[in-house]
Amino acid sequence: MTWKQVFTSSVGKKLVMGFTGIFLILFLIVHVGLNACIWAGDNGEMFNKAAHFMGATVVPRVLEIGLFAGFFLHIIQGYMLAAQNKAKRPVGYAVNYGNRGSKWYSRSMGILGSLILLFLIMHVYHFWTPSRLGGIGNVHELAAVEYNGREYHNLFLEMKMVFESPVVVILYIVACISLAYHLAHGFQSAFRTIGVHNKRYNMMLTALGNGFAIIVPLAFAMMPVSFYLGWV
Amino acid sequence: MEHYTMNLNLKVWRQKNNSSKGAFKLYRVENISSEMSFLEMFDVLNEQLIHDGEEPIAFDHDCREGICGTCSMYINGKPHGPWQANTTCQLHMRAFKDGDTIVVEPWRAGAFPVIKDLMVDRSAFDRIIQAGGYISVNTGNAVDGNALPIAKDKADESFAAAMCIGCGACVAACKNSSAMLFLSAKVSHLALLPQGEPERKSRVMNMVAQMDKEGFGSCTNTGACEATCPKEISLTHIARLNKEYIFAGVTEK
Amino acid sequence: MLDAKIPAGPLDDKWNDYKGHCKLVNPANKRKLEIIIVGTGLAGASAAASLGEMGYKVKAFCFQDSPRRAHSIAAQGGINAAKNYQNDGDSVFRLFYDTIKGGDYRARESNVHRLAEVSANIIDQCVAQGVPFAREYGGLLSNRSFGGTQVQRTFYAAGQTGQQLLIGAYQALERQVALGNVKMYSRHEMLEIVKIDGKARGIIARDLVKGTLERHFGHAVLLCSGGYGNVFYLSTNAMGSNVTAAWKAHRQGAVFANPCFTQIHPTCIPVSGDHQSKLTLMSESLRNDGRIWVPKQKGDTRKASDIPEEERDYYLERRYPAFGNLVPRDVASRAAKERCDEGYGVGSSKQAVYLDFAAAIERYGRTEANKQGKDHASLDEIIAMGKEVVKEKYGNLFDMYEKITGENPYEVPMRIYPAVHYTMGGLWVDYELQTTVPGLYALGEANFSDHGANRLGASALMQGLADGYFVIPYTIGNYLADEIYSKAVSTDHEAFAAAEKSVSDRINQLMNIKGKQSVESFHKRLGKIMWDKCGMARNAQGLQEAITEIQALKKEFWSDLKVPGEVNEMNPELDKANRVADFIELGELMCKDALNRNESCGGHFREEYQTEDGEALRDDANYMYVGAWEYAGDSNWTLHKEVLNYEVIKPTQRNYK
Repeated sequence: MTWKQVFTSSVGKKLVMGFTGIFLILFLIVHVGLNACIWAGDNGEMFNKAAHFMGATVVPRVLEIGLFAGFFLHIIQGYMLAAQNKAKRPVGYAVNYGNRGSKWYSRSMGILGSLILLFLIMHVYHFWTPSRLGGIGNVHELAAVEYNGREYHNLFLEMKMVFESPVVVILYIVACISLAYHLAHGFQSAFRTIGVHNKRYNMMLTALGNGFAIIVPLAFAMMPVSFYLGWV
Repeated sequence: MEHYTMNLNLKVWRQKNNSSKGAFKLYRVENISSEMSFLEMFDVLNEQLIHDGEEPIAFDHDCREGICGTCSMYINGKPHGPWQANTTCQLHMRAFKDGDTIVVEPWRAGAFPVIKDLMVDRSAFDRIIQAGGYISVNTGNAVDGNALPIAKDKADESFAAAMCIGCGACVAACKNSSAMLFLSAKVSHLALLPQGEPERKSRVMNMVAQMDKEGFGSCTNTGACEATCPKEISLTHIARLNKEYIFAGVTEK
Repeated sequence: MLDAKIPAGPLDDKWNDYKGHCKLVNPANKRKLEIIIVGTGLAGASAAASLGEMGYKVKAFCFQDSPRRAHSIAAQGGINAAKNYQNDGDSVFRLFYDTIKGGDYRARESNVHRLAEVSANIIDQCVAQGVPFAREYGGLLSNRSFGGTQVQRTFYAAGQTGQQLLIGAYQALERQVALGNVKMYSRHEMLEIVKIDGKARGIIARDLVKGTLERHFGHAVLLCSGGYGNVFYLSTNAMGSNVTAAWKAHRQGAVFANPCFTQIHPTCIPVSGDHQSKLTLMSESLRNDGRIWVPKQKGDTRKASDIPEEERDYYLERRYPAFGNLVPRDVASRAAKERCDEGYGVGSSKQAVYLDFAAAIERYGRTEANKQGKDHASLDEIIAMGKEVVKEKYGNLFDMYEKITGENPYEVPMRIYPAVHYTMGGLWVDYELQTTVPGLYALGEANFSDHGANRLGASALMQGLADGYFVIPYTIGNYLADEIYSKAVSTDHEAFAAAEKSVSDRINQLMNIKGKQSVESFHKRLGKIMWDKCGMARNAQGLQEAITEIQALKKEFWSDLKVPGEVNEMNPELDKANRVADFIELGELMCKDALNRNESCGGHFREEYQTEDGEALRDDANYMYVGAWEYAGDSNWTLHKEVLNYEVIKPTQRNYK
């Protein structure tokens, strides 16, 4: 039995999904924590500094590569699994088991994930490319702001501008809802996949996952809303 | 319990053999007693078909007491019909009312090809067991049954997994046609017992490999299998299998 | 003609001596010897696994879609073994004695003693295979009591002991399949024995999916095809359980022993209507805690709960104070029939008695309250706690009862009635389990050897596994040691061709009747004749009528049967037709045997032969023999007698009072 077999078997592929999923959940915690700085009431100073730290320090930059790898694996593997699993039933049912046997979002991880992927492309275009690649080629450059004599990218201002559009705000909210349901299944499922089989732990993780799936996407959704309604 | 009779419309999948294309066919049965089992209702229908010179509907059944795991109908969108923790043979017509239309399909999965009408080939399950679902002990080698005490809760949990009747409802219910509940029940059953210890790692690796070879999908923890399992095998066995697999995969040479 | 080949010497030493002196086959020769096994229940699967492990080339056949589905799986209560783990005085001798006595002194001493001897090994073997038997908190195996014994020697796995044992044997079998020692043929039905020079040399099997006939060679053939209870149409057997394999062997010269010995199980769910296709057993273990009663007043239509304690007749406790509700099955069944025939039956059909758990629930509730230190628990609390205990013990059985009847047995007493459950009769075998055809063996319920006229609860599993794991591996060597010189015969041999032709002729004949009546309707009619006239109670007049009626039914069957579909395809109606045709012939023989046996013993109760208080009256002077019937053409049999010699046990009137 080789390691390759371990990770390419049906269980192994799920392991990849589970581990990358947990990694992405960790990323969400960092991301939401950082972005919550917009509500510091200092017109974005703390937020811009934090964003600068993430962009200008070595360790987060290295982790960022891992993050992209994580996303990439999670997405590719997810699509491959969805396609393979679908192919395992060449003739479908006339009447489906549906919600009697499982939650709709548990069965719709592919669709939810796809919505999140579409959002991600938009999101990267909105914020990541200008802050990392601004000025290169045609990529538009972020405005600058100065705190204590040092110049920072004014990402806060960028958010304000982006979230002026109601369409964008609605798209972000839709994405957050997708993320919420993706997490409602994904959080506890990831832990089952990596082998947590104690009934009590599973119950705790499900409760924790549900809490996470509500709080984190809600916090994310409140960001565009806050900008749009002028709360920050 | 109030007894009553009913007339029903049945929409049943008919398929001559594995290589032919199947289709639904409509039938009507009358004066069905609420006391009958679902399969007895099919017996009535088949007698009617034979009388009318049509071919009766082929379906798998044997013990008719919910333990052999042979019966396998997908009734109104649920394996084994509407009752919880139940097999088709134990489903009784009390579950339906006059005028109902009931749709009956075979188990659907690439790994369970249709043989005829509602019968499917589940030999893939046998081959998964062949890959390692046993303890290698030859007849006559055993020590005294009480030589190795096993904690009651472990024995009970092992038994809860061993209750699996191998009917395949988990595969039929799963959107991925995954056999993980079946597989994990066997892995759990044996992994929880000290007798299963020596082959613990190779068992789970080989059985998963065979399951993949048979063309079952992978598990996405939707829980549909657990919801439909006639013996209420728990989803936690799948998580245990995952743990066993990781452990075996990481430590196996 | 019948030589039982019982080894000489004292009973205790026979099996050891036999094992020490029987011929052996060396490993290199085992690889060249092929064995065919028909049926994969406890006997078949355990034999296939053991023989495969030993190095023989084994081919195993079952008509089910997987060997794991054989009807052994449905056994609920448990498996006996003389382990004496409970320190209650059990021993090999006691198990042997209980089995002989339970069988009403119609079983062969040597075989039964061997069964008791190997019983302990079975438990060890199964535990080693990972069978999750019930355990005590200390981690040791748990036991319960069963009918017909006064010790606790029954090992169990909730109400699914048969399932767990079969899965154990099935896994051992699949392991041999994986190793290439056993080749498994599922969805195959054996339809003929092939004999060459008087020896069994193979079978003709039908692939039930394709409908084609196949020839298979074997140096020996083992029939592990179960019992024939389905001759009654309604029984606790699986729908597919049939006599065909045994019957083909019988027609090829294997004599059939004690066909009339049928076990009627006392605790089954009563028939609910004409649509009924099978009967469901409620494990005998329920009689440990349930009390059986009927109203004292004839035709009482009150609800059970409205009948006060003093107006209930706990007739088993009244008639048999020593064993009470735990009398053997035949006694309990007859007592229930007697009450219902007298007009005391309950339920809408009046063909049922109550099995009541109220007392047990309260008793367990009080124990539980004590354990939890609740001295002042109310009756409701006690009952609630008692229900929990009962649920843990019998939960799955109670659920099954509720699914079938729609009544909640925790609240109202169960209604039960006897139903056909097991057949003690079967192919006659000698000490080595060989039939009268050399090279043809019968194991498990398919043979007649161990249970006499009545089988004790939890002994069928024991016998199936004893035969498969611990007996046949020795005895078959004794035969095959002389077969090492016979090369495998090509299946082109004329005997194979002739056998295949006879099978295909019969199939074509069945298909070409093109009459009007379905197989099912014939089977139902046969069942009714058998149940009415050769069931729980029989008399000479009824049996004679039954024989005439069955002969007429046979004629009608072969002239007005309608089998739809084609030969060369999956055709369940054709499979059934083949089986019912054999059941009809067997039914006639059963009546003949019952008519011949002018005594009552065990499951065979002739109304003419009973004591004043209605107990079975044996006639040891004239009938202490195995009635073995040799097939001599259509509706024609010759009786051979194997006289039973009791060297150790003195037969007495069975007394459970």
